[in-house]
Amino acid sequence: MKVVVCIKQVPDTKGGVKFNPDGTLDRAAMMTIMNPDDKAGLEAALRLKDQYGAEVTVLTMGLPKAEDVLREAMAMGADKGVLVTDRVLGGADTWATSQTLAGALRNMEYDLIITGRQAIDGDTAQVGPQISEHLDIPVISYAQNLKIEGDSVIVERQFDDRYHVLKAKMPCLITALAELNEPRYMTPGGIFDACKAEITVWGRADLKDVEDSNLGLKGSPTQIAKASDKVRKGAGEKVNLDPAESVDYIVGKLKEKHVI
Amino acid sequence: MNLEEYKGVYVFAQQVDNCVNNIAFELIGKGKDLAEALGTEVTAVLVGSNVRDLADQLAEYGADKVIVVDDPELKEYRTEPYAHALASVIRKYKPEIFLVGATAIGRDLGPRVSARIHTGLTADCTQLEIGDFPLAPVPGKEQKHNQLLMTRPAFGGNTIATIACPDFRPQMATVRPGVMQKRERKPGVKANVEEFNPGFTPDHKYVEIMDVVKAVTNTVDIMDAKILVSGGRGMGGPENFKMLEDLAEVLGGQVSCSRAVVDAGWKPKDLQVGQTGKTVRPNVYFAIGISGAIQHLAGMEESDIIVAINKDETAPIFDVADYGVVGDLNKIVPALTEKLRAELAKKD
Repeated sequence: MKVVVCIKQVPDTKGGVKFNPDGTLDRAAMMTIMNPDDKAGLEAALRLKDQYGAEVTVLTMGLPKAEDVLREAMAMGADKGVLVTDRVLGGADTWATSQTLAGALRNMEYDLIITGRQAIDGDTAQVGPQISEHLDIPVISYAQNLKIEGDSVIVERQFDDRYHVLKAKMPCLITALAELNEPRYMTPGGIFDACKAEITVWGRADLKDVEDSNLGLKGSPTQIAKASDKVRKGAGEKVNLDPAESVDYIVGKLKEKHVI
Repeated sequence: MNLEEYKGVYVFAQQVDNCVNNIAFELIGKGKDLAEALGTEVTAVLVGSNVRDLADQLAEYGADKVIVVDDPELKEYRTEPYAHALASVIRKYKPEIFLVGATAIGRDLGPRVSARIHTGLTADCTQLEIGDFPLAPVPGKEQKHNQLLMTRPAFGGNTIATIACPDFRPQMATVRPGVMQKRERKPGVKANVEEFNPGFTPDHKYVEIMDVVKAVTNTVDIMDAKILVSGGRGMGGPENFKMLEDLAEVLGGQVSCSRAVVDAGWKPKDLQVGQTGKTVRPNVYFAIGISGAIQHLAGMEESDIIVAINKDETAPIFDVADYGVVGDLNKIVPALTEKLRAELAKKD
């Protein structure tokens, strides 16, 4: 069984956000981590490797330095890493990103594709379902549990007040929630091997059945009109009193605002 | 693609168990604003099994027309038949704008539909308006008018971006629940219904539903609560939520929580406020033992009044709180509950 996990190197939003003059994100200037939902997806794949001997390949699209996130995944136990990087792919929205990854996946073997539900930089949750559409395979998003039964996957799919137990024939794509599991750590031996491991690097020419008009900034239907730091409402009052005074203070304010 | 052929504002009227979700009415409300700016109408797209009777509710909240796609295959939500339903409606009716709720269903359905149609989709919008793109004229580039400008938070709520989709139709957005205002209901309005069935033939993309497990919960949806008493990691443990429940009960409110509390297994996911939980805007939001990570603030900062209690005076929650109290919640909260109980008893 072959599993491909799509992972993304994302800016650690804790460290603040920097922009290029055109309003797109200046990824080069920020600290990076493996996207948390993707890491849960990778862990799910590695459990399939432990359980069924699945071969796990990690796939990412990004700047050349995104190779780091592939090595991290391999140090956790992934077998192969594929980096798709090319200047013409830059500035892609979710349509162009999913086209790119689908183009790479057409050159790979897979029974199961796992993506994270969403990346913490864009928060769109769109790329996974869009890849499945381009590849004409079923999708189950928001997976909170996963098992294999014959040629099918059985997944608990979370909704607001319920979950569905869904069965899909492979090949299919699932999107993973960070809640799915607790990702393992890299092992010292894994780190050692991952440093030396060969990473496959693909460019535009290695993408199968994708038009140029669907790639990069030019192939993106959505365009940024403006981007700016969020303006938050200002802080109100802050008091540091003993407990009884604190209670009187809050009750006083609730009365003043006619809450009580 | 001839953009001129695409007319009208369409919204996906999400229903579950033949009960229309609030988001449908919110989308109709916002859709009316957009339609008025464009001089067009709002059409609700109702998808399900035996859902025809729900159409009038959509009209009561302002839908000018309702397209009903009714088929037994659509009884429970599944990605493929629903995506087929919406994609078929878009191909036939050619809307210029198509809005979907950013619910668990909408965020699954939206991307699949937009990829099938080949158009842009902007996720989780918090503001929608009609305007020019680019916003100001740029030499050598055509400025298009009457575009949908879609504003959304990104990068964990650190930034906001405004997105347009100038060259593809429909302009699609998922819209965060609880943000747009629904219009006042006009009881008795009958829907102008058009039935449409593109045919549903199960194929390899249809998944099988083996079980539907509903969470057993008696609580009201926190998005509907007027007063929320929300606890964070600073509560120290699940047993301490009893004092929040007591406070909520006195005020006729509900208990909610931060992501840390859900991750620790103290409270269920449906009580979580924030970027990956629910967006709430109650009259009063008590943030108790919540430090105020930016992802949490994104889900509650539109509340009318925010009261924060935290022992750490540098906690970022104080940056958005109207009334911040630095102190020990274990001492303050029970005393506050008793005092409020006494005050309210006096009033009765």
